[in-house]
Amino acid sequence: MIRIENLHKSYPMGNRSLHVLKGLNFNVEEGELVAIMGSSGSGKSTLLNILGMLDNYDEGSYTLGDVLIKKMDETKAAKYRNKFLGFVFQSFNLINYKNALENVVLPLYYQGVSRKEREEKALKYLDDVGLKEWANHLPTELSGGQKQRVAIARAMVGEPKVLLADEPTGALDSKTSKEVMDLIQKINKGGKTILLVTHEEDIAQMCSRIVRLKDGVIVEDKKIKQKKAL
Amino acid sequence: MFNRDRWIEIFETISKNKLRTALAGFTVALGIIIFVVLYGLGNGLENTFQKFFKDDQLNTIWINPGRTSKPYAGFESNRRIEFDNDDLAEISEKFDFFIEGITPRITLTGRNISYKLNSNNFSVRGVGPSHKTNEMTIMMQGRYINQADIVNKERYVVIGRLVKQDLFGNEDPIGKFINGGGRTWKVIGVYQDDGGDNEERIIYAPYTTVQSIQRGTDDVGSIIITYKPEIGFEGAIEFEKQLKSFIKNRKKIDPTDPRGVFIRSASSDLKENQDFTRVLKIIISFVGFGTLFAGVIGISNIMVYVVRERTKELGIRKAIGATPKSIVWMVLQESIFITTISGYMGMFAGILFLSSLGNTLEEDFYITDPYVDFNTAVFATIMLIIFGGFAGFIPARRAAKIKPIEALNDK
Repeated sequence: MIRIENLHKSYPMGNRSLHVLKGLNFNVEEGELVAIMGSSGSGKSTLLNILGMLDNYDEGSYTLGDVLIKKMDETKAAKYRNKFLGFVFQSFNLINYKNALENVVLPLYYQGVSRKEREEKALKYLDDVGLKEWANHLPTELSGGQKQRVAIARAMVGEPKVLLADEPTGALDSKTSKEVMDLIQKINKGGKTILLVTHEEDIAQMCSRIVRLKDGVIVEDKKIKQKKAL
Repeated sequence: MFNRDRWIEIFETISKNKLRTALAGFTVALGIIIFVVLYGLGNGLENTFQKFFKDDQLNTIWINPGRTSKPYAGFESNRRIEFDNDDLAEISEKFDFFIEGITPRITLTGRNISYKLNSNNFSVRGVGPSHKTNEMTIMMQGRYINQADIVNKERYVVIGRLVKQDLFGNEDPIGKFINGGGRTWKVIGVYQDDGGDNEERIIYAPYTTVQSIQRGTDDVGSIIITYKPEIGFEGAIEFEKQLKSFIKNRKKIDPTDPRGVFIRSASSDLKENQDFTRVLKIIISFVGFGTLFAGVIGISNIMVYVVRERTKELGIRKAIGATPKSIVWMVLQESIFITTISGYMGMFAGILFLSSLGNTLEEDFYITDPYVDFNTAVFATIMLIIFGGFAGFIPARRAAKIKPIEALNDK
């Protein structure tokens, strides 16, 4: 599903440049649930941004499905993001003046799906995360766990190839974290490929594979026996 | 632009961000109201000013004789200058191209005039037919002095409304004879004049008749010329210049002598008048432009604020698939929509306010009928919308260029 070969990325810092990713190689098969771990500064966020087409890379290649993702303009990147990727963020990033349903509908709006169809579909995905009754509530009226589940529904509604989650439990307490991880595991069981950035060991243990980054290189990449969240 | 879905999205955004919408709308409406009102008041000031000068006959030149203050061509200074019929004829002939009417004005003050038992003192003026135009005399009854009266030296008079009131009361004066200077004069007309009461206490007679009574002199007093309006403003100035040098030359007055002859014209008054109006217009335009500019700045600020406030939202939208173009259009369409609606509301509010003022400020503030012509108001509103859109475009484009990850990290 994802194929990364010899990936390099540096950021200019004044006259010098900061070499963040130093030749990464790894593949993700369809249906995997991969945890990307590393301390801050290890390059894991940069990697996720590149995977999410939110940032460009300097060298190497990144193939998503059978499409080579290479220096593309913003418009094309936006279309690919919309079509191939779903995002879940640590801080949920819901639009606060839109209610749960309107937030979930948004990716479909940008896909050009008709109003009626997108509302039906969004409602179905809200139902999947157990929040059908909360469809008309604003994010401010939802708990952290509920917000993250709305965000997951929004990430899933466009039926992306890959779900990218950046510290999805980072802002949640341990109980809610487990609930959210349970939801992610269920989605993964449904066949969705999921990449999850975390620095929490117990969260990583709930995935099927752990990739550890340190100073821009992969120091460990192993399949593990997945722990159930609940 | 006419995508229904996109408009629904925009209406939702507007209705769910009432404060922001109200703030932007208020700025625009206020800008245009201030523009319309200030511009309208300026126009009202100009109206008042123009009204002051409306009563004057503008294409007139007065030539008054004086006394020389410099010796010239063998003459001593302090020589009294007089115009006679020859001067009148010469001027009339030489400047025929410019002149529409020319008349002398011989003024005899405080003459005792009587009719039956009524009598009073009035000024008498010996004039020609074109004098009627210069004074903007309006005939109420009968007729004015004509060329035949001049040639035949008729003892006819045209009397003012107040003269008629004093001497005749309710009696019809036309065809009656009044006494003055030991002679009888036939009343052929009654006039009125907007120039005030004193203007209606004057008796007009043919200047030739007045000359013959003055023991046969042909002194014409002052000369009043009406020039053809089609020679235009520049033509009038040129005419006045030529006239001055012609008279000075003919009367042997030092060209540099300021006192020998006095030539006054409405066109030179008009020039000052027009200069003043022009300055007034510039000030009004400046004020108008200034307020409009301030309005544009206000809108720009609001737009920067609006986009800044939305940075995170726009980042989220980008992350889930909004193209930069769709972001820019969304922000622009929203801002243009708000500026258009509130701009036109402000414009109509301003116009309504002006028309409600009407002439209530005329007495105290010299503002008559303040107005803004509709086209100017619409133009100003459109300018505000365009600049508002432009002001929104720059931050919108910047927001669209922000990498979503930066916008999202902006917590």
